[in-house]
Amino acid sequence: MRNFVLASLVISISLISFSIASAQAKNEVLIKNATVMTAARGTLENTDILIQNGKIARIGKNLNASTSAKVIDATGRFVAPGIIDAHSHAMMDAINEGSLAVTSMTRIRDVLNPGDISIYRALASGVTAANLLHGSANPIGGQNSTVKFKWGKPVEDFIVADAPSGIKFAMGENTKRSSFNPQGGQTPRYPRTRMGTLEVIRDAFNRARDYKQSWDDFKAKKTKMPPRTDLELQPLVEILEGKRLVHAHGYRSDEHWNLLNLADEFGFRIASLQHGLEAYKIAPEIAKRKTGVSIFADSWSYKLEAYDAIPYNAYILWKNGVNVSINSDSDERIRRLNLDAAKVMKYGGVPEEDALKMITLNPAMQLGIDKRTGSIEVGKDADLAIWTAHPFSVYSRVDMTLIEGDTYFDRSKETQMRADLQKERETLEKLDINKAPGSGGTPPRIPAEKRLADRDDADRDGGNY
Amino acid sequence: MSFKFKVQGFKFMRFGIYLCLSVFICGHAILAQSDGSQQNKTGRGGTFAITNVRIVTVSGATIENGTVIVQNGTITAVGAGTAVPKGAETIDGKGLSVYPGMIDAGTTLGLAEIPQGVNATMDVAEVGTMNANAKAITGVNPHSSHVNVTRVNGITTVFSAPSGGIISGQGAVINLNGSTQDEMAVHSTAGLMINFPRISTFGGFGGGFGPRPTVDFSEAIKRRDTQIEELKKIFKNAENYSLAKDTYAKDKTLPYTTTDLKLEAMTPYIRGEKPIFFTVERERDIRSVVKFVADMKVKGIIVGGQEAWKVADDLKKNNIAVIYTNIYSLPVRDDDAYDFLFEGPAKLKSAGVKFAIGTGDAGGEVRDLPYHAGLAGAYGLAKEEALKAVTLYPAEILGVSDKLGSIEVGKMANLVVTDGDILEPRTNIKYMFINGRLIPLTSRHTELFDSFKDRK
Repeated sequence: MRNFVLASLVISISLISFSIASAQAKNEVLIKNATVMTAARGTLENTDILIQNGKIARIGKNLNASTSAKVIDATGRFVAPGIIDAHSHAMMDAINEGSLAVTSMTRIRDVLNPGDISIYRALASGVTAANLLHGSANPIGGQNSTVKFKWGKPVEDFIVADAPSGIKFAMGENTKRSSFNPQGGQTPRYPRTRMGTLEVIRDAFNRARDYKQSWDDFKAKKTKMPPRTDLELQPLVEILEGKRLVHAHGYRSDEHWNLLNLADEFGFRIASLQHGLEAYKIAPEIAKRKTGVSIFADSWSYKLEAYDAIPYNAYILWKNGVNVSINSDSDERIRRLNLDAAKVMKYGGVPEEDALKMITLNPAMQLGIDKRTGSIEVGKDADLAIWTAHPFSVYSRVDMTLIEGDTYFDRSKETQMRADLQKERETLEKLDINKAPGSGGTPPRIPAEKRLADRDDADRDGGNY
Repeated sequence: MSFKFKVQGFKFMRFGIYLCLSVFICGHAILAQSDGSQQNKTGRGGTFAITNVRIVTVSGATIENGTVIVQNGTITAVGAGTAVPKGAETIDGKGLSVYPGMIDAGTTLGLAEIPQGVNATMDVAEVGTMNANAKAITGVNPHSSHVNVTRVNGITTVFSAPSGGIISGQGAVINLNGSTQDEMAVHSTAGLMINFPRISTFGGFGGGFGPRPTVDFSEAIKRRDTQIEELKKIFKNAENYSLAKDTYAKDKTLPYTTTDLKLEAMTPYIRGEKPIFFTVERERDIRSVVKFVADMKVKGIIVGGQEAWKVADDLKKNNIAVIYTNIYSLPVRDDDAYDFLFEGPAKLKSAGVKFAIGTGDAGGEVRDLPYHAGLAGAYGLAKEEALKAVTLYPAEILGVSDKLGSIEVGKMANLVVTDGDILEPRTNIKYMFINGRLIPLTSRHTELFDSFKDRK
């Protein structure tokens, strides 16, 4: 607090001593003459965006900035909000704690790897933020992390500090472990059916309710001993209190329906249905509960519960007033979410801005970060991507990606970076330790194994997509 | 009921903007549901004239305003001043473009309905390492939902091929229309598939968690070399076998060689009459394919081909084309440039290697073929080349360019009429012809859409 007061004092003095412009020039960026797709108030031609201290300060024509501002001429180019992926496993060193049916005590924030190259590749496709979710082997899985892809920064800078906390739930084929056969001597994990899956969740919330009661009694001085802290039930109490968002993986509409009913029974809201490939079958019921749906644009038939998936899903949900986001669940697919949004216009005819919202503002709303990001509006974080053409065009490419006004991807720097990397590689290859086998060096070190599959069901993590 | 009205009726249903306006439309909607979504409608033949249309011939110049005539399955006229034959059904192509149907040269479409968890629907990989006699054309399900879902996005033809073991079997070029495999077939045994032995340090799946076991690199090289030697032995056996069969045919006094279906199937391939498709990605492995092709004097094609551009000179020298299936793949190494695989086709083009772009998909996402090509276009490949990479080039590589791949008189009428650039995701397909039949633009997906779009 004292530091804060001091800091404020220093800033105040600076403001008095110098001109306002020079104080703000510390972090000022002016994007000139772009086609700006706001994802909130339409598309603006020949428009400038002034960024000050990481926030969008002004949007308009012929804006001026201080002389020290970084000026980006975006003539002929498109600026869109940074893409937000509401379902990703990028930068996660582990995906799924699959041993128990309820793993609400586990936290994705404990396994984040800020050096995962997937982050840079996502930035190069205009993605600035993501919901990093636990896998789906458990009816109640671990706690998710909402991050911005601040490549090169320490891991704690990635986490969006004021994002509401959340948790992963799952239903269907993955939770009943239908693709996972216990080896000799292993006991199958409960549940093995959709019936059991629902009962696991019901049981957990009954226990959470009792646990909450014991704390309420203690706080009301009805009991003398404080209850023992329960890391499994505490997050569920937060759900009951409306303080934790539930992101529920599922495919078939009947399992969504069962979960929505169970949530009604316990008095909480499901923030988002993840995948929701059959959500279109019960769109009105989902709309009534103000539950969002985060879907693939058009993936289908890769497993049985995805067989009734249709690319018109987004359109039907949108028509019913459901908040729809389009996610990747994949380090590969995250690179072409712009094209996935474009497909939504084709299948049913979602209007352009609403399609754009499905990869920007809508996921921000589902994650509870829409006050700070997801659209190009004054006061919001300057999380932007600059495209060579309309982002829904297949021929479009990202030139620059900015998060809070800082550049995290700049294609014009790639040539130099590649040359530097090549030089570094040549130097390293000459080192004794890196010589090829049989040519005198010590054997090369085998790098740590990467995840092989990028959707939830990387086989060794025991999750599923 | 005129043809044109039917199409408009269909549009009503798709977009849900209007209520059912006529008995016909309602009737059609009910039919669509009771039809069963597995059943592929095979369209209808006849004489058709697509008039006032922009004709993207691919093989020649684009005709800004012309007519294409389709008769008995064939393109019979293309041009600006073409007369419409009497009795032809006319499609007004004003504001529209007609393209040759797209061809995906790298799929297992029809062999894999539900890849994960439903083995009963999987017919991709036979047991064992040598299955030259396994033919995709006998495994493809003409009534697969992947057929109708894929074609309504403008893909009229695919190369579908098995992928198991080392010699996987023979792939087929099929049109995405037909009640039988014969009706679908354009070239029922178009190529032999080989998963070429490669250097792999894979040491099994291991148990439970933790890193997977690996074998020593020098051990991996030995393993690869042994496999190549075994493969060469199979080729040698097949050569001896066909020689023995031929000799016996000429002189019945010689000992008879009993028929071996697997070796028999190899004959046209070891003789270089038909191409062998080698699935391979890395530079070093592609180099060993080139050597194998030269040593064995066979006709080779690379499938996959991540680093094929690095071997451009050798590929050109040996007339080896590349079916590039890596647009939707992640670069293998962390320090590869982020667009390393997006740029593959552009690099192949500038190196002068013959290439096509395929999805490499099992079926569900083959319909994304135009976007694979388009993304290559975003990363250095000229737009016209991107289009050729999914039309004319695959037709040439698959040996069917006499029938497919461009809009030319005498070719099979596989045509797609669009309201924009066929490679763009926002473009809508308005009409399509396969083998001269006008195909309804319905699919498992439009039928489910119709069933649920108005549910309150």
